[in-house]
Amino acid sequence: MILVQLFGEFFKAGLFAIGGGLATLPFLQEIGQSTGWFTQQDLMDLIAISESTPGAIGVNAATYAGFHTYGCIGGIVATLGLIAPSIIIIILVSKVLETFKESRLVQDIFYGLRPASTGLIAAAGFSVVLATLIHVTDLPNDPAEAFNWFGIVLAAGIYAAIKKWNKHPVVYIAASAVIGIAAGYLHMFG
Amino acid sequence: MKKLWNMFLTFARIGGLTFGGGYAMLPMLQREVVGKNHWATEEELADYYAIGQCTPGIIAVNTATFVGYRQAGIIGGIFATLGVVFPSIVIITVIAACLTNFADLKVVQYAFEGIRVCVCVLIFNAVQKLWKKSVVDQPTTVIFLLVFLVSAGLAVGQSFYPDLFSVSPIVYVVVAGAAGVVLHGGQGKKEVGK
Repeated sequence: MILVQLFGEFFKAGLFAIGGGLATLPFLQEIGQSTGWFTQQDLMDLIAISESTPGAIGVNAATYAGFHTYGCIGGIVATLGLIAPSIIIIILVSKVLETFKESRLVQDIFYGLRPASTGLIAAAGFSVVLATLIHVTDLPNDPAEAFNWFGIVLAAGIYAAIKKWNKHPVVYIAASAVIGIAAGYLHMFG
Repeated sequence: MKKLWNMFLTFARIGGLTFGGGYAMLPMLQREVVGKNHWATEEELADYYAIGQCTPGIIAVNTATFVGYRQAGIIGGIFATLGVVFPSIVIITVIAACLTNFADLKVVQYAFEGIRVCVCVLIFNAVQKLWKKSVVDQPTTVIFLLVFLVSAGLAVGQSFYPDLFSVSPIVYVVVAGAAGVVLHGGQGKKEVGK
């Protein structure tokens, strides 16, 4: 039964997630919240792993989330759910390729969809940032303790590095892992 | 059958050797699909890729289905698509299985403490890039702000009031698509987000 639900949830994500890369993130977040299959923290790990392994990010994320929920079979079912709408839609569109490409209606729809998709990813990212860098839910007495100062400094450093060198994400993820391990043993996390 | 198998293998190679999907996949597609197998011309591939971006779903998956379907019908589309996701399923399953076993180790926890910070920055960076392509004028700015403020507002609200209602991302997508038609309909063809 959970496999049917898994397929259904990822089918919806595949049908409504527009654009590449992190477009599935808001949908994954919603699945996690409504089903309790994975937490916000699992979601962060999932993004890191999806970005640092070969293959499309959305597909990797679906496999990981599915595995997390129901093992090997779960990973396969979630991935098939995610790609099923693509297969159906592309085969339909393929028949009317020229009409679709020139269609004003399609262009108008996507004119509205693109900023909405960006807004959804930004909002999902915002709540992820809050959870990681600021402890919103259990505010301590001293407001300064509410911030993960080490994380904020590290984030600023990574951002500067991305702007300067523009390397593949896996480079920054690996570097952050090393810094995280060093900081952990030096008790630097706030 | 040989062609279908070849198609599966070719797309498995594309899926297994490109990091990051989407745009990273295009050069690999050009080499394998146009150069080696002649399944499409350069222009056709560009078309498939463009349509892959403006149809729902993962861009790499959409492009694979397109090429496979054009070459060998529905079954070709399915083989190509399964090929492109096959490496992901194998690699991610192995990693996820390992992580489950090692999640209790201090060193793994510390590593992920650092990695999560990095993921925040990567998301921010991705949003910045998407912003440049999708928020192009006043109406798109309004759509972005409305979606962002409502969605982020509800998420923050929920961390204080767990019973607060939530809105599925599907609702935003459908409403925004309709808004696009209303706001942009009849303005002629503009080169939006190409």
